[in-house]
Amino acid sequence: MNPVLSNLITALARFLIFPGLLFAVPAAWFFLWVERKAVALMQERVGPPFMQPFWDFVKLLGKSTPPRPGIAGFIMRAWPLIAVGSAAGAVGLLPVLPASGGFEGDLILLLALLELPSICIIAAGFSSRSIFGEIGSAREAALSVSYNIVFLLAIVSIAASQHTFRLEDLAALPSSPLRWLGVVAILICLPAKLHINPFSLPNAEQEIYSGPMTEYAGPELAMWELAHGLEWVAATGLVATLVAPHIALAWGTTLLAGGLFVALSIAVVLLLSVLAAATARLAIDSSVRFYWQCTLIFAVLAISSALFVRFRS
Amino acid sequence: MKFWKRLMCTARRKSPWLFHMNAGSCNGCDIEIIAALAPRFDAEQLGVLLQGSPRHADILVVTGPVTKKAVGAVKTVYDQVCGPKAVVAIGSCPATTNVFIDSRTLDGPLDKHLPVDVFVPGCPPRPDAIVAGVVKAAVLLAERGDTPVKADVETVVIGDPEACTSCCESKPADGAEVQP
Repeated sequence: MNPVLSNLITALARFLIFPGLLFAVPAAWFFLWVERKAVALMQERVGPPFMQPFWDFVKLLGKSTPPRPGIAGFIMRAWPLIAVGSAAGAVGLLPVLPASGGFEGDLILLLALLELPSICIIAAGFSSRSIFGEIGSAREAALSVSYNIVFLLAIVSIAASQHTFRLEDLAALPSSPLRWLGVVAILICLPAKLHINPFSLPNAEQEIYSGPMTEYAGPELAMWELAHGLEWVAATGLVATLVAPHIALAWGTTLLAGGLFVALSIAVVLLLSVLAAATARLAIDSSVRFYWQCTLIFAVLAISSALFVRFRS
Repeated sequence: MKFWKRLMCTARRKSPWLFHMNAGSCNGCDIEIIAALAPRFDAEQLGVLLQGSPRHADILVVTGPVTKKAVGAVKTVYDQVCGPKAVVAIGSCPATTNVFIDSRTLDGPLDKHLPVDVFVPGCPPRPDAIVAGVVKAAVLLAERGDTPVKADVETVVIGDPEACTSCCESKPADGAEVQP
């Protein structure tokens, strides 16, 4: 077969079937449920039933939306779709199965796709022309500038110490102490990336209504919820990729690798949910100070030692 | 198509999202709404979520006897909730204006301005009555489907309507269906 065509088919299969949309959408709902249930159990509540995120999604699809005439309305409707597309693409790039393909530099594409939903949220808040949306977007922008420095430095230090920007090679290589340092730094950034406590201030519920999502209703809101769930899958999947598959490769089987990937993702979701239930929302200045003053120094240490290791070898 | 309708019906019944609107309440009913969502009664096990924005909500939960200042806000927020939607009046105040009846600062009761679907009388009502009222409103939403709200909606009273009339003169609605 034509290699371009076969590559295209593989890429489409990964985007649409596994680990893309067909797998990732139920996984997104499941992770949203795990998060809500874990928080509920921590608060000694019963929590939502298993199918709750699915019912929420269906119900939102059936609601009406306020009329949004003109180009501004079209743009406002487009942001959640772009967010869903990019988050699903990020999930599709994850090397869940051994020998699943990929290309040199797909780590960079993954980072870009992971960043797009957050840019969409910022743009959506401003294009909704609600003051609460604008406040939420400004907070999201400030937060994004803070945690992304640490997040990117951590990933670059992992990639530089392992001499590759290809996800599959990165997953297959034996781990080093630097990689664990990077994983910890990524874990510290995830609450801000996923807008959960203590960094839930962009969409601070009740405080500024719903932040950038204030004006969104019905199917558009359903798409935002889906994008948020897919972000959960992609972000926890990235951590699972960096921690797990080389262990699974040693054990050998494809099924085991997939299962271990899912189990590790759920473990990360549980960890973040416990953190969310145990903490309260920080103000914007405390959040920004946390990333710039407390965390950045470790990220700089990680990348400088990665570069040192690289030049010495 | 029929399958989709049934799925949507179930989804509406199982996922009522609330927006809480204070129309001059003394905060008594507001505390009880929070109690209904808090661990002891935990309305989230029925899918109930308190939303920050009226755009996200299905059910508008109103407390208070609707002061003159609040009339405009109540109407605006009702219009901001996207359909299909329902209104639940929590406490005796929105039903009858309660002890504030004939006050010159009021423009109540609530059903003068909005089509109220469920009344939950009490001063304040118990959290379990509030949960029952919200669930009843969700069932109404599911039954009503996509048809828009009519002016003469059938109103439902949760709990004992006499509890409401013991402290004021008028009943919430004539011929209202009483849920034991």
